[in-house]
Amino acid sequence: MGITVRNISKTYKNVKALQDISFAVKPAEIFGLIGPDGAGKTTLFRILTTLLFADEGKATVAGYDVVTAYKDIRKSVGYMPGKFSLYHDLTVEENLNFFATIFGTTIEENYELIEDIYVQIAPFKNRRAGKLSGGMKQKLALCCALIHKPKVLFLDEPTTGVDPVSRKEFWEMLKRLQEKEITILVSTPYMDEAALCDRIALIQAGKILQIDTPEAIVRHYPKQIYNVGASNMYALINSLKAYEHKHSVYPFGEFVHYTDRRSNFNPEDLRRYLESQDLRQLAIEATAATIEDTFMELAK
Amino acid sequence: MKRFRGFIQKEFYHIFRDKRSLFILFGMPIAQILLFGFAITNEINNVDIAILDHSKDATTEEIINKIGASKYFSIQQIIEKEADIETIFKKGKVKAVLTFEKDFSKNLIKEHKATVQIIADATDPNTANTISNFVNAILQKYQNELNKEVTIAYQIVPETRMVYNPELKSVYMFVPGVMTIILMLVSAMMTSISITREKELGTMEILLVSPIKPFQVILGKVFPYIFLSIINAIVIVLLSLFIFDMQVQGSLFLLGLESVLFIVSSLALGILISTISASQQTAMMISLMGLMLPVILLSGFIFPISSMPLPLQIISNIIPAKWFIIILKGIMLKGVGIQFIWKETLILFGMTVFFIGLSIKKYKIRLE
Repeated sequence: MGITVRNISKTYKNVKALQDISFAVKPAEIFGLIGPDGAGKTTLFRILTTLLFADEGKATVAGYDVVTAYKDIRKSVGYMPGKFSLYHDLTVEENLNFFATIFGTTIEENYELIEDIYVQIAPFKNRRAGKLSGGMKQKLALCCALIHKPKVLFLDEPTTGVDPVSRKEFWEMLKRLQEKEITILVSTPYMDEAALCDRIALIQAGKILQIDTPEAIVRHYPKQIYNVGASNMYALINSLKAYEHKHSVYPFGEFVHYTDRRSNFNPEDLRRYLESQDLRQLAIEATAATIEDTFMELAK
Repeated sequence: MKRFRGFIQKEFYHIFRDKRSLFILFGMPIAQILLFGFAITNEINNVDIAILDHSKDATTEEIINKIGASKYFSIQQIIEKEADIETIFKKGKVKAVLTFEKDFSKNLIKEHKATVQIIADATDPNTANTISNFVNAILQKYQNELNKEVTIAYQIVPETRMVYNPELKSVYMFVPGVMTIILMLVSAMMTSISITREKELGTMEILLVSPIKPFQVILGKVFPYIFLSIINAIVIVLLSLFIFDMQVQGSLFLLGLESVLFIVSSLALGILISTISASQQTAMMISLMGLMLPVILLSGFIFPISSMPLPLQIISNIIPAKWFIIILKGIMLKGVGIQFIWKETLILFGMTVFFIGLSIKKYKIRLE
């Protein structure tokens, strides 16, 4: 059960979309695919949802082979593609009804599964889906993907273009679905969402960089990270990048994440250097690594 | 079955909520029938003409009266000199001028021969031709009346009878053509657009990753249009009956069956188009350019196939509309039964089976 992916490769004309990808998702696990646009996430989703053939490798979903048992997979998974794909000219209720019908079920039958989500969009049930806000659309799409009580749920960038509040709610829903024994494979370009998964795979340019729990990935970050702040961010970044001992410099919110190449690094050296560069209101303090730091480090 | 019903219900929502498709579905048949029936016509009615009479005697008077009394012409002006002919044509007031020679009556009696000149404005060659034919006919009739008492030794009298459309109404020719175009367009264009719309929206991805079978998707797409096309065909037949007084001579049942056959072949073409086009725009362009044009130009709807160059005549054979128009004309105008059109029906049937087979083969159960 769950999902297994073994040595999957896929090439479009001359782009290597996926190169020798392997991982396994346990039943009732939330597994995140984290990576920038063009990393190959959607291609992987399409292979697992039986929409594309892989050039090489094998994969199973809910115990079924994606090539030979594609019909069984289509019966037992829920799929929410990246772009909003419901019928704009049908109302919320009609969309839900339609998807319930083609999966051979009814809204009432599996209502408890979607209840938490559906109560939020129920006030708009007679509105056409095309006229919903981004967050509402995503909730409706999730309802439609869930209405037949799938064993495995594929969510391709479900929160892209959704406001922070709705994003938070969306993830809370995924946690509740997990309690109902649904395996969830979710992709996202947002690193902060990665921490909410049970395990994540960092993926870039068709290759998996690392697979582990978010905590472990962060814990294994090899260096001490410093938050560096100054009144003039732009000058600060330029000065840091010009510093001879720098290992990495990435802007991170109101600070810059800085790591040093030396093992016996003393933050006071850095402070003196930056003061010599005429930077004011300096703040330097050690901080914990985030998934984004790990990603940047691995993708280097 | 419940799945299928749900799918069809969804299709009807799409159709009835999209003003553009509703217009194409129901506005176009009515507009086209009325347009072709009234505006675009080969008949002439009350054409304005002028008379230049150099003779002004009893005979010319009588001929002028006869022409003026017919419903085809109305005498706009009597002019006095040759020079006026040019002016009156340039002003565009009349389509033709009739000039009687000097001493028309006298010549007719003395020399058994008198001339009347028909000068027609041939900027519109069809009308000019028709006008000249009609004037000729009136003159011929008058001449026969004059010769009634006299017996001419040898005489060949052509007796023309226009069968199946004795009044030469052009609406009789247009109705089968318009019906063909509309059934083709509604079926092929609307299905191909509605399938490609699912591709564009991304809903096709979800439909593929669902237990609904590809043939159920196709049938579900096709079914509403079969239903709507049949309604369209009925509307067209009713319109031509009540507005143009054109009765269907043959069996309505046979007409219905043949129409369904043609509708199904067009739907299969529509599915085929949708498998090769990725966007609604492309599907629409292919339907319009690839289907409409050949149907209008090569099906024998407007231009007779027999007067086309040989290569075009050969190409016209692969156009389903050609065969359907022959069938329609047979049933609607001649009132023939299946024994006279079984060959055309069989060809159409073969084409339908071919298109259905091809579109099922080309329909993708995956994305590439």
